Amino acid sequence: MDNKLEIAKSEPIWNTNNRVISIIAGLVILLFALPLFGMNSFYLHLFIMIFMHAVMAQSWNVIAGFSGQISLGHGAFFGIGAYATSFFYMEYGITPWISIFFGMFVSGIFAVLIGIPMLRLSGHYFAIATLLIGISFQVVFQRWDLVGAASGLWVTMTPEDSWSALQFHSSKAPYYYVFLIFFLITFFLVWLLSRSKLGYRLRAVRDDPQAALSLCINVSNYKIIAYVISAMIMAPMGSLFAQYILIIDPDRVFNIEISIIVLLITVLGGIGNVWGPIIGAAILVPISEYSRIYLGGTGGAVDLIFYGLILMIICIFRPNGLISFIPKDILERKKQR
Amino acid sequence: MTSEIIIQAIVTGLMMGLIYALIAAGLSLIFGLMEIVNFAHGEHLMLSMFSSFWLWSLFGLDPLFSIPITILLLAFCGIVTHYFLIRYILKAKMLIQICATFGLSIFIRSIAQLLWTPDFRNVDKPLLEGRIEIGSVFIGQPQLYASLVCLVAFFGLYWFVTKTETGLALQATAQDRHAAEILGIPSNKMFAIGWAIGLGCVGVAGGMMANYFFIFTDVGINFALFAFVAVALGGFGSIIGCLYAGIIIGLVESLGGLLIDPSFKLLYVFAIYLLVVIYKPQGLFGRY
Repeated sequence: MDNKLEIAKSEPIWNTNNRVISIIAGLVILLFALPLFGMNSFYLHLFIMIFMHAVMAQSWNVIAGFSGQISLGHGAFFGIGAYATSFFYMEYGITPWISIFFGMFVSGIFAVLIGIPMLRLSGHYFAIATLLIGISFQVVFQRWDLVGAASGLWVTMTPEDSWSALQFHSSKAPYYYVFLIFFLITFFLVWLLSRSKLGYRLRAVRDDPQAALSLCINVSNYKIIAYVISAMIMAPMGSLFAQYILIIDPDRVFNIEISIIVLLITVLGGIGNVWGPIIGAAILVPISEYSRIYLGGTGGAVDLIFYGLILMIICIFRPNGLISFIPKDILERKKQR
Repeated sequence: MTSEIIIQAIVTGLMMGLIYALIAAGLSLIFGLMEIVNFAHGEHLMLSMFSSFWLWSLFGLDPLFSIPITILLLAFCGIVTHYFLIRYILKAKMLIQICATFGLSIFIRSIAQLLWTPDFRNVDKPLLEGRIEIGSVFIGQPQLYASLVCLVAFFGLYWFVTKTETGLALQATAQDRHAAEILGIPSNKMFAIGWAIGLGCVGVAGGMMANYFFIFTDVGINFALFAFVAVALGGFGSIIGCLYAGIIIGLVESLGGLLIDPSFKLLYVFAIYLLVVIYKPQGLFGRY
């Protein structure tokens, strides 16, 4: 036992000689270089959406995949983030770079408030409660005059591109880099989380709450921590999305579709796996965008039909997501023998 | 604010509550049987309302007479759901079960949106129309009959589950499916029956509501939410608990809407839910 512990401790966090690391580094450099090749704005938009959805799905992955609690109203935190930046920018002229953190903070507070009563209970109660929360937020914001009620907020446009106001009208490339950087930071942090003590404890809570409790892991506290982390990952995406489209309304940012798609991306890619959301987003977002181009605009929710179908098929045949097709030893550190 | 208005609100809430109770009973039956929450329950309700609507608009069948057909259709839909989806996820993790039924709900809702567009429809001039006046309280006839039919169906369900042989077999499967299998009760068949009955209840509620409610593709969401709350309030798996819970929710909804602000009625129900799960997590009549 001690021997194994020693080995585990001596393992390096960075396995420099691993092919995977070099592939990831290459991909990151490629992603940074991509806009230089003169992509048109549709492809930039596509990549922005992929980054955004990957982070949103990762946020859901933290609460559902790591700690095993299913939130069906994660769109609430997205909306809070979106409203926080837009509102503070329009009312007080606070730069979005600061109010992103407001949004994270408020989301975190709400996560604690929701989490303390709800997360002591078993999964179904929490899932239903979050479904109600997601819709309650939409209802409240639709009627809250201070934030524009149902017509939403139209972010004051700057005449020129501005980094301080985080608005770019001439090109989407700056948005691309902003989203890319948030994407990389989030995935790096979640990757660290997944192999930290906290990450292991969260998974212990997920797999067997009783056993975790007997090992002195305070189950409900850890669930709340996971929920707060998850909410704080979600909120900045809402903020950035608000800056990207510059008009937000309750039907858009608190839409239940947001809660659906994060779930779908994660389950498709591989729930509980750090890399699952990337795979899910890289597959689903293009499907969604292209189906909107070719089939959408008619009021028929064709992409949603696919989502529902994919979700059911994945649940039946591949509960661990597409990532389970990739052999495990490529993803994980080679065991030292 | 006179007492007549309050009595009116109580009557309205009571009538609505009985409908919630029946919808929740179907959900509760399915949950009690296999511990799966049917997140597509609202969509099944929507399907039953549309079945009623189409039978009326294509064949001129009044919603009152098409109820048996609606019930059969929904029961068939339940068996299909069980056969093609639920069967495979019985042993899966709870997370996968929730995702699967959630996926089903998205699928049904968006198919309906594609086929029938999100327009609002209603049944024109059904047999049940008009209102009764008792003192100064007005009772809509379709609402009254809908709630009465739901009440009858509810007690029919209760009688079925507690008194008949199949009902007892269902209960046995709910308690311990392996022990029941040893005694010769095929659990897979019981699950299919459970789904058929659970959605049959929804068929009754939807068929009766088609008389007076607007029929559109998102109609189920609110009803399903209230049904979830009713099931949690009554206690997961308890059928009689759903009756009380449904009535409580109906009253909270209508009285809250009257006394405070009607646009936030979802929030009052939500507050009730929070209070119950915090102070009495097993619900009013729960087994857990």
